[in-house]
Amino acid sequence: MIVELGHFALVLALCAALAQTIIPSWGARLGDPDLMAVGRSAALTQFALVAIAFAALVNAHLTSDFSVLNVAENSHSAVPTIYKISGVWGNHEGSMLLWVLILAIFGALVALFGRSLTRTLRANALAVQGLISFAFLLFILLTSNPFERLSPAPFEGRDLNPILQDPGLAIHPPMLYLGYVGFSIVYSFAAAALIEGRIDAAWARFVRPFALVAWSLLTLGIAAGSFWAYYTLGWGGFWFWDPVENASLMPWLAGTAFVHSVAVMEKRDALKVWTIFLAIVAFSFSLLGTFLVRSGVLTSVHAFANDPRRGVFILAILALFIMGSFALFAWRAPMLRQGGLFAPISREGALVLNNLLLTTCCATVLFGTVYPLALEQLTGEKITVGAPFFNMTCGVLLLTACFVTPIGFSLAWKRGDLLGVAQRLTVALAAGAIVAIAGAAWLRGQSILAAIAAGIAIFAIVGALTEILTRAWRPGLPLGVALKRAAGLPLSFWGAALAHLGVGLTLLGLAGVGFGAEAIATLHKAVPQAVGPYEITLDSVGERVGPNYKEAVAPMTIRSGGTVVAAIEPARRQFLARQMTTTEAGMATLDFGQVYVSIGDPAPDGAVPARLYWKPLVTLIWLGGAAMALGGALSLADRRLRFGVAVRARAGAVAAGAG
Amino acid sequence: MRRLRLVLLLLFATLAAPSFAVQPDEVMKDPALEARARALSAGLRCMVCQNQSIDDSDAPLARDIRILIRQRIAEGESNEAVRAYLVSRYGDFILLKPPFRPETWLLWLSAPLTLCAGLAAVLIARRRAPSATPALSAQEEAQLAALTRDERS
Repeated sequence: MIVELGHFALVLALCAALAQTIIPSWGARLGDPDLMAVGRSAALTQFALVAIAFAALVNAHLTSDFSVLNVAENSHSAVPTIYKISGVWGNHEGSMLLWVLILAIFGALVALFGRSLTRTLRANALAVQGLISFAFLLFILLTSNPFERLSPAPFEGRDLNPILQDPGLAIHPPMLYLGYVGFSIVYSFAAAALIEGRIDAAWARFVRPFALVAWSLLTLGIAAGSFWAYYTLGWGGFWFWDPVENASLMPWLAGTAFVHSVAVMEKRDALKVWTIFLAIVAFSFSLLGTFLVRSGVLTSVHAFANDPRRGVFILAILALFIMGSFALFAWRAPMLRQGGLFAPISREGALVLNNLLLTTCCATVLFGTVYPLALEQLTGEKITVGAPFFNMTCGVLLLTACFVTPIGFSLAWKRGDLLGVAQRLTVALAAGAIVAIAGAAWLRGQSILAAIAAGIAIFAIVGALTEILTRAWRPGLPLGVALKRAAGLPLSFWGAALAHLGVGLTLLGLAGVGFGAEAIATLHKAVPQAVGPYEITLDSVGERVGPNYKEAVAPMTIRSGGTVVAAIEPARRQFLARQMTTTEAGMATLDFGQVYVSIGDPAPDGAVPARLYWKPLVTLIWLGGAAMALGGALSLADRRLRFGVAVRARAGAVAAGAG
Repeated sequence: MRRLRLVLLLLFATLAAPSFAVQPDEVMKDPALEARARALSAGLRCMVCQNQSIDDSDAPLARDIRILIRQRIAEGESNEAVRAYLVSRYGDFILLKPPFRPETWLLWLSAPLTLCAGLAAVLIARRRAPSATPALSAQEEAQLAALTRDERS
C-alpha cells in the first residue's frame, strides 16, 4: 500500500513539475505576478511529493518488502540496517529517484530563499528547473520504476552487491549527486538570465552560494569515492581514470572554473558571457555523466545495471538540455553587456588563465572518455584510453594550474604587480624548489614528475600561508594586532586560502605516490617482511563470522626498527548470499602515510600471499579534498553571501525610519 | 554480443574472485627483470575487466598475460618486442596508452588544440573590448567641473 502511494506521489510530482514549467514561464511572458507565483508553490509541492515517494522506497527497503522488485534484487533481510538504507541508491532505479529528490530540494530552496531576486528571473529559473525535473520524472516512470511489484514475492532478497556494502557507499553517491544536481540551479539561472537577456552582479551574488554548495559537496563526494575505491578494491589505487570517475571529474573541473569566474563577475562585473557559458557547461557535464553511468554505454568497476532503452531516453534528455541551452546561448549571449575592464596581469587575468587550464583539462578528459566509444562506432576499431594518457595530458595542465594558483591569489584586482608578487612569494618559491630538487635526488631521478609535483605542492601550500600572513601582518606589527586583523579578514578570503591550501595538500599526497614502496611476498608466521621503513610480521591466521559473511583474517604487526608501531587485520571476506569474495585491506596510518596490506587466500600450511605497500603522505590526498570543501563552506558563510541579507536590512531601515 | 560479454564478465568476477593480482609465485628471481615486467604490465589492459591494468587485475586472463610477459622477458626479449607481440595478438586495445596514429591524432592533440582555441578566444575578446575607458572630452570635463562646483557650494 505504502509502495503504491509512493508510486502515485511520483506521478503527481510529474504533474507538479509540468505546472512548474508552464505556468511561471507563461506568467513571466505576460508579466502576471500571480501566474509567476505559481512557480514557487509548484516547486514546494513537487519537492513534498518526491520526498513522499523516496520515503516510501526507503520504507520498503527498511522493512525488506521483497514483493517490490527493486528491494528483492538489491537487498537481503540479513543486511545491516545502514546498508538497507544505502541500498536504496545502490541501484539504478533508486539512484535516479535520489537524483530527482535532490533536484526537487534545490528547486524548493530557490522557492524559499529567492525573495531577493526579481520576480521574472525567479519564475524563469523555477520553470527551467521544473522542466529538468519533468524530464527525469518521466524517465523514471517510463523506464526505471522503482516501485514495480514482483509476484510471487520471493522469500529472500538477492542481497546488495558486497562491494557496495560499505560505509563509503552510504555517503559517496548522495554527496556526488548533491554536487552534480546542485549545478542544475546554476544552469537554470543561466538559462533564465539568457531568456531575460539581462545579467548583473546580483545574479552572481544569488547563484554563487548554490555553486559553492554544489562544488563543495562534489569535492567531498569525489574524495569519498576515491577513498572508498582505495580501501575496498584491495590494491590501494585511488584514481583509475575510469569513465565513471571521469564523469564526476568533468563537472568538478567545469564547476571549479565556474566558482572562480562567478567570483570575478560578482566583484568586478566582468566575464559575464564566460560565466554563463561555464554554468551551462558544468550542468551539461553532470547530465553527460548521468548518461555515461546510467545508460550502460560503459560497464566499469562500478557495477550498475544497463538497458539500451534507458540509454536512448537519457540521450534525448541530454540533447534537449545541452543543445537547447547552447542555442539559447548563441542567440542571447551577444546581447549581454560586457563590463569591468582589467589588465592582463591582474587577479582577473590570472583567473582567466586558471579557467582556460581547467576547461582545457575538462575537454581533454571528455575526449579521452568519449573517443574510444566514438572510434568504435565509426570505424569498428577498439582502442583503450587509460591512465597513462590522462596522467600525461591532464597532469601537465593541472600542475600548471596549481603553479599559477598562489600567484593569481596574491595579485591585485584590476591591475597587478608581478614583481611585487614575486617578492612576496620568494619564500614559497624557494621552499618549492628545494623540495623538488631534494625529491629528485632522493628518487635518483626515477620519477621526475613526482619530484616536480612535490615542489609545486609545497609552493602552493606555502604560497597560501604567505597570503594569509601578508594580509594580517607586516613587519613591526605586534602579534595581538596581527591576530585581530587575521580574525577580521572576510570569511570568503579564509575560504579561498583554505581551498588553495587543500589543493596543495592533495597534490602533495599525489606526489607521495612516487616515493612509496611495495612488496609482493608469501608471508610465513613470525618471519618479518620489509616494506619501506617498516617490517611487517604475520601473527596468525584465523576465521571469523560476520552478519552476512565469513572471513579469513591474518592479523599482522608493524614494527619500525624493532618497536611495534601498529597492528592491522587484513582479511578475505566471503559473502554467502552471492558467493562473492572481497579483499578487506589492512591499513595503518603512520604520519599521514599508510601501510596497506591486502592478502590472498591463505594456504593450508598457514602461509599467506600478500601485497604490502608503504604509501607516504597518501592521506593528504583526501585531507586536501576535505580542506577544499571546507574552504567552499567557509566562503559560503561569508556575510555578504547570506540569503536575503539585503532584503532584511532594507526592512530594518524602513522600520527604523518609521520609528 | 554485449549481453554475452556482460554475462561472461560477471562469471569471471565470481569465479575469479579467490585469485589475486600479481601473486608471489609469479615474481621473477632477478629484481631488474621483475621491475621491467611490472612496468610493462602496468601499461597493458586486462581485457575482460573494465579499465584495469593486468598488473592490478585478479582475472585469470590477466594472470596468464603476466606469466607470458615474464617468460618472454626471461627469454631475453626487449620490452618493445614483448609489447609488439601482444599488440599483434590482441590489437591496440591492449595498450592503456593509445598509439599516436592518424586515428588518434585528434585524441592526442585535443589538449593543445583546446588550449590554443581558448587562448585565441581570449585574445579576440580582448581586442574587441575597448582597451580602456576613453578620456573625457572637453565638454565632459566642463560638465564635471560644473557638477563638482555645485557639490561644494
